[in-house]
Amino acid sequence: MARFILRRILQAAFVLLVMSFVIYSLIGLMPGDPIDIMIASNPGATPELAAALRKIYGLDQPLLSRYGHWLWAAVQGDFGYSRLHSAPVLAVLAPALWQTCKLMLISFTAAVLLAFALGIVAALRPGGPVDALISLFAFAGISVPVFWLALMMILVFAVDLHWFPASGIATVGDGSIRDYARHMVMPVITLALAQTGGFTRFVRASMIESLRSDHVRTARAKGAGEGRVVLVHAFRTALIPVVTVMALNFGSLFGGALLTETMFAQPGMGKMIYDSILGNDYNLALTGLLFATLVTLLSNLLADIAYGWLDPRITLA
Amino acid sequence: MTAPLLEVTDLGVSFPHAGGRHRVVAGISYALAPGRTLGVVGESGCGKSVTALALVGLVPAPGHVEGSIRFDGRELVGQSHAAWRALRGADIAMVFQEPMTALNPVMTIGRQIAESLVLHRDGMGWREGEREAVGLLEAVGINAPRDRARAYPHQLSGGMRQRAVIAMALACGPRLLVADEPTTALDVTIQAQILDLLQDLQDRTGMAIQFISHNLAVVSAIAHDIIVMYAGRIVERAPVEALFAHPLHPYTQGLIATLPDPDHRVARLPVIPGSVPDLDTGGGCRFADRCPRADAACRIAEPALVEMAPGHLVACFKAGA
Amino acid sequence: MSAAAELVALDRISVQFDLGGGGFLGGRRRVLRAAQDVSFSIAEGETLGLVGESGSGKSTLGNVVAGLQPPSAGTLRFRGRAMDAATWREARRSIQIVFQDPFGALDPRMPVSDIIAEPLRIRCIGSTAGRRARAAELVEQVGLPRDALNRYPHEFSGGQRQRIAIARALAPAPALIVADEPLSALDVSIQSQILNLMKDLQEAHGLAFLFITHDLAVVNHLVDRVAVLYLGRLVELAPRAELFARPSHPYTQALLASVPRIGVRRHRRPAISGEMPSPLAPPPGCVFHPRCPKAQDACRHDVPALAPAPGRPAQLAACHFKD
Repeated sequence: MARFILRRILQAAFVLLVMSFVIYSLIGLMPGDPIDIMIASNPGATPELAAALRKIYGLDQPLLSRYGHWLWAAVQGDFGYSRLHSAPVLAVLAPALWQTCKLMLISFTAAVLLAFALGIVAALRPGGPVDALISLFAFAGISVPVFWLALMMILVFAVDLHWFPASGIATVGDGSIRDYARHMVMPVITLALAQTGGFTRFVRASMIESLRSDHVRTARAKGAGEGRVVLVHAFRTALIPVVTVMALNFGSLFGGALLTETMFAQPGMGKMIYDSILGNDYNLALTGLLFATLVTLLSNLLADIAYGWLDPRITLA
Repeated sequence: MTAPLLEVTDLGVSFPHAGGRHRVVAGISYALAPGRTLGVVGESGCGKSVTALALVGLVPAPGHVEGSIRFDGRELVGQSHAAWRALRGADIAMVFQEPMTALNPVMTIGRQIAESLVLHRDGMGWREGEREAVGLLEAVGINAPRDRARAYPHQLSGGMRQRAVIAMALACGPRLLVADEPTTALDVTIQAQILDLLQDLQDRTGMAIQFISHNLAVVSAIAHDIIVMYAGRIVERAPVEALFAHPLHPYTQGLIATLPDPDHRVARLPVIPGSVPDLDTGGGCRFADRCPRADAACRIAEPALVEMAPGHLVACFKAGA
Repeated sequence: MSAAAELVALDRISVQFDLGGGGFLGGRRRVLRAAQDVSFSIAEGETLGLVGESGSGKSTLGNVVAGLQPPSAGTLRFRGRAMDAATWREARRSIQIVFQDPFGALDPRMPVSDIIAEPLRIRCIGSTAGRRARAAELVEQVGLPRDALNRYPHEFSGGQRQRIAIARALAPAPALIVADEPLSALDVSIQSQILNLMKDLQEAHGLAFLFITHDLAVVNHLVDRVAVLYLGRLVELAPRAELFARPSHPYTQALLASVPRIGVRRHRRPAISGEMPSPLAPPPGCVFHPRCPKAQDACRHDVPALAPAPGRPAQLAACHFKD
């Protein structure tokens, strides 16, 4: 087990390294150039000055050597300076990352719990009226775009009903937990609903299959009650594929989180990466994208570990 | 003759089908005494498995059971879910065909056996149940039972898994064991071992066994009496010796003849032409289309089970001929 | 029989599957030995029964003969020529396979005529019309109604599907058909129909069969010679009559004794106890020794060679104490 995790961490590190180079090269291909932006606001700038600046920032070097310098600094914990924010990249990144992770974790948990409940209930009588209702809800969740859902939530619950604030993460001057929570409600619901439709479909399918399996029949033949049959025997085995898919989906949650943050004007990773790319803030964009990659890799690793833990047939070696 | 433990009278199972009801099995009647083994033989779709499921109240959802199943003098058809649960796994236990899928893959063997005990015995806890499971595994001939109890199903071989399934069925000392194709998924040498185990256990506990198989030879090795089923009906019922000495129904005769005999080679195996009819074909004998002796009369009325010799019943108009 | 020319020969064939492990931080390397050092041959027009329990490697060897599984060691010969990538291209047409599961082996979206003609189409044999005519001819040969051609596999029962699979195998006029447990998915009353069909086809076309099965009773009715496999090793190879009359290897004896027989009340105490060990860790010496009633010290160390049974030169058994 320890050996498995160690190997996977080494693999993840390698993937991260390759990704860093890919992202580094892609950012270099972006239209615009930080030096051009710098001198654009300075009418007296000469081509000589631009060249001098290029030399100072090392932009006259070939791509590979620039990447080498960046990498060497990065492994020492120095991700450089954000041009837009005039602060070290990590100092800018940390609060945004924390905000996004909070949103992702809470909405992911909510989506999973809701999907379990709905999926199991739907699987008990496939084709019945309850199943039809839940399937309708699930399909609605899958087909409705996040931005539209966010807009509708804002219209109904913020503009019309005034239940929740429409944007931001806190009211200025109010530091209470309640205020933070009120600001989180709509983004969390939006992101959770976007995920839960697919999850519900998956839990339902997996439970239907599991309820039909021979060992569930054996449990019934033993005289186990329906509650025990469903929750202990069927659910445990249905969980195995479900957890894998859910954990793998955690990475893709990032995309949804970025949209949600944008819609609710919350200062998370999404807005930060977006702004940094528009503003040619190389260092910030690069590091932000790398952290997004890292989150995805970690969730994949967790999926594998969860799989091995849930299914004794899988030996992690 | 001891009083029967199980008495099935005119049992039928039907499922809704195309507006009406399709009777999967009908008119099933037999009795089974303690310490005896009843073999039920038939090809796929003959209704032998659904009959077995009716005995434990597990006919799947839209299915409807009619007729009477009396177990130890008590009527089972129509009893409450709670009464079924109390009976299943306790007085009537079941062993299924595929030992790999019949066991829960994510639960240890010991815990699965203990579950039967915990469910049915008052005051039995998991810890005590798992301790007793070790003894049960030993009783079904598993070496190192303590280690096996801690193992998961995939860590056991096919034969050992089926032994574990049998240990699970026997946990609460059932008086009737319903075994649905328990050796079909096993290799012949393992099949012989499992048949032997079932006979040993019957000698020790005096339980009755209903043994279901598509293989006449396997059934003949273990059963005292045999029921031959075809397309949802019993076509012949007889003590095992009588059935093989004088098979009366053309289908039984065909089954015996078509089974390759390992000891004698014949140039051409006899065949039963055609295949099993799909659904209710209306009136008449259901075997008529494949029967060498069928005539117009066979296609009009359905033959009833008639006792031709003591204990030997057959449903065929031409059986005497 | 011995006069007939050799069609296919396996010469010391071994197949192993690397199950991973080993290498960088990988843990123990695991190798599954599916077949070890197996040699036998099939003559033109001969039917050889390859018998064994699950895990004996019989299907793996069938796949080797059908060219679906390259051996890890040893050579396969077809009409005297050692097979490699180039020779296979030519021989593939002459060796066809029929699988166990008649439900999974036929493409559900193809009409029967296309299924049967496919081996010809792939090799660009004949015209479209010619291939259709051939399919029509084959459908009748395997005892299906003519109108079966335009129907789809799901419209047929298991036995009929196996007939379709056989017709497909016959299409390129092969010299050998590898039949991998073709009866085990079928009902008893259908099994004998298919068995008779295979016998008829063999007589009509002079086909050779490699008939892979776990069922000795069936073997007795179809084959000329029997090869018995245990845990990847060939333990006995003998003409059918000799093998059934007087099995030489203790495993063959146990296998034969375990076959349930109609009307014979089983003598209690099974013929052999225990189960086949894992092919991941085959026992040293004779692979059968942990279950063998005759096992001695020699059996635990020395692998017995395939040699004639005493006084029966045609009956080969790999046992230090053969009968």
